[in-house]
Amino acid sequence: MQPFTTLTAVAVPIDIANCDTDQIIPARFLRRAKDDPEYPRFLFHDLRFNTDGSEKDFSFNDSAFQGAGIVVADINWGCGSSRENAVTALLANGIRAVIAPSIADIHYSNCTKRGVVPVILDRDTCALMRRQLHDNPSARITVDLKAQTVLGPDGARHDFDIRAFDRYRLLHGLDDIALTLEHEAAITAFEANRRAASDWLS
Amino acid sequence: MPRTLFQKIWDAHVVAERDDGEALLYVDRHLTHDLHYRRFDALREQGRTVRRPELLFATPDHSIPTTARTIADIPAGEMRDTVEGLARNAAEFGVTHFDMTDERHGIVHVVGPEQGLTLPGITLVCGDSHTSTHGALGCLAFGIGASEVEHVLATQTLWQTKPKTMRISVDGGLGFGVTAKDVILAIIRQIGAAGGTGHAVEYAGSAIRGLSMEGRMTLCNMTIEAGARSGLVAPDDSTIDYVAGRPFAPKDDKWDLAVAYWRGLPSDDEARFDTEITVDGDAIAPMVTWGNSPQDAVQVTDRIPDPSAESDPERRADMETTLGYMDLKPGTPMTDVAVDKVFIGSCTNSRIEDLRVAALVAKGRRAQVQTLVVPGSGLVKRQAEAEGLDRIFTNAGMEWREPGCSMCVAMNGDMLAPGERAASTSNRNFRGRQGLGSRTHLVSPAMAAAAAVSGRFADVRVLMRGAN
Ligand code: SF4
Repeated sequence: MQPFTTLTAVAVPIDIANCDTDQIIPARFLRRAKDDPEYPRFLFHDLRFNTDGSEKDFSFNDSAFQGAGIVVADINWGCGSSRENAVTALLANGIRAVIAPSIADIHYSNCTKRGVVPVILDRDTCALMRRQLHDNPSARITVDLKAQTVLGPDGARHDFDIRAFDRYRLLHGLDDIALTLEHEAAITAFEANRRAASDWLS
Repeated sequence: MPRTLFQKIWDAHVVAERDDGEALLYVDRHLTHDLHYRRFDALREQGRTVRRPELLFATPDHSIPTTARTIADIPAGEMRDTVEGLARNAAEFGVTHFDMTDERHGIVHVVGPEQGLTLPGITLVCGDSHTSTHGALGCLAFGIGASEVEHVLATQTLWQTKPKTMRISVDGGLGFGVTAKDVILAIIRQIGAAGGTGHAVEYAGSAIRGLSMEGRMTLCNMTIEAGARSGLVAPDDSTIDYVAGRPFAPKDDKWDLAVAYWRGLPSDDEARFDTEITVDGDAIAPMVTWGNSPQDAVQVTDRIPDPSAESDPERRADMETTLGYMDLKPGTPMTDVAVDKVFIGSCTNSRIEDLRVAALVAKGRRAQVQTLVVPGSGLVKRQAEAEGLDRIFTNAGMEWREPGCSMCVAMNGDMLAPGERAASTSNRNFRGRQGLGSRTHLVSPAMAAAAAVSGRFADVRVLMRGAN
């Protein structure tokens, strides 16, 4: 994955509580390959498009938010299905960070595995940021992963927490599998115990 | 130190630990399905292979039409490519694959417990959020994303942060017509769709102990709808009786070792949980959801809630949008809401017990709307047919289909038309989940059958009392 240090970008507000991954990418697109040229359209597809392909009134369609690199969302963002395709669809549109009051566990983890930075800020702050973005779409947000801070559309600074391991991997764009293989000896030892006659699962 | 069930399983699977608290957990069982066939391709591209193919089990479920018996029956295109992709990769990597012609195939979360792949005390993962289902047997089971699937394929391990623990105790007796589905919908309504985020949930209490294994699976299945990645029920006699004799369960002296180990798994009396929730089992009634989150549930005797009674302005606006999408008017009695279709199936409610209770309601009655009954696996289908349930359904004018995910996720051709309303035994009432513009109401199998024969939501307690 692409390393992430700091990003200053247009941010798009998504004013939907419990925005599940079926909204982020509908199931009928899940069989498509990651590099499908249509992938960018799958993001928020049914929130964005009518059946005839015309655009709905939805923030992501607003040209003022074009080129957004950050999403500012509401509670329980990414709940529901474990589909990592939701992250693929965000990345296909150049989204590299999501700011929300809460992010569902599996989606949070998927984000960190693919280079999208999950930022948890309190509900009032997120609501305020979304309002500010609607009022002033050209305002930029900065996400600084190293410093663990966000500069809001109004320039206000907010600190955020992220687990050390997630931060480390995101900062360096590290491949998990390679990291894990450094523990090869421990894995092999664990398996040797599993194979012992005394182990019921052997 | 006293430990919880979760902690005991966790401790037994830590391969390595980092200073920052992250643990590398060993994975005892990895289940997979058609939507993940590309993970094998990715592995191949990276020059990696499956570390322990004998711990990996595959079955197609999402992309199989419920009218198809073999791959050749699937129309050419994406669906068939996906099912073929899984078969090809399973063969290449030496993975056990219950294919469409194998009676053991079905929804991955039905197949695992049925085959004895799911066992108390193990760690089990699958690239699917409803992997929480398997925790019903007292194991640590959770859904993972595609990158994590690749990681498990290559290393048989996963990096995890230890979640907090939550105990949800449901005491009391469940009333007539009240099932595990109603219990979990009542729990989600109480704690909210994010109530369990960051936690591993253990279910306890007399109402839980009294549930069958199928009921516990329904309960744990929807734990993810409360935000928690895993739900567990401590293994007891019901669990051990259920596992005994299953094809992949330990045998002979291994069985004795296993049972001795499983008996030590329940949480110690003094074990502490980070969060404790209590739910009054006696107060639970048959539930129906009205909105687009599983937390939007009411008792069948209730009315559609009124947003204007809501004090939080954001919640009020959210409810208004939801009721608009669902085409429902505040104050309407739930039993006045008519349905267009009924779906009985999914990893939540497609096991034999679910079909038996649905058949009990359908027997001697007539479906008023199109009703799909989709067994969870080939073996469930065979068992149901041996019991004559299929004829009860077809005599009632319902459609008896081949196993698979079907209309739960609408990826196999079974779906609602835009604007259609369904009573569904599945787990998600999200917008568009059962097809573009679909309107889903989650209910138990008994309540789904009651809706089918009534053409609208109906209180199964009234329907069945009247009959007896
Ligand atoms: S039945 Fe539905 S929820 Fe269960 S695995 Fe299939 S698609 Fe997912």
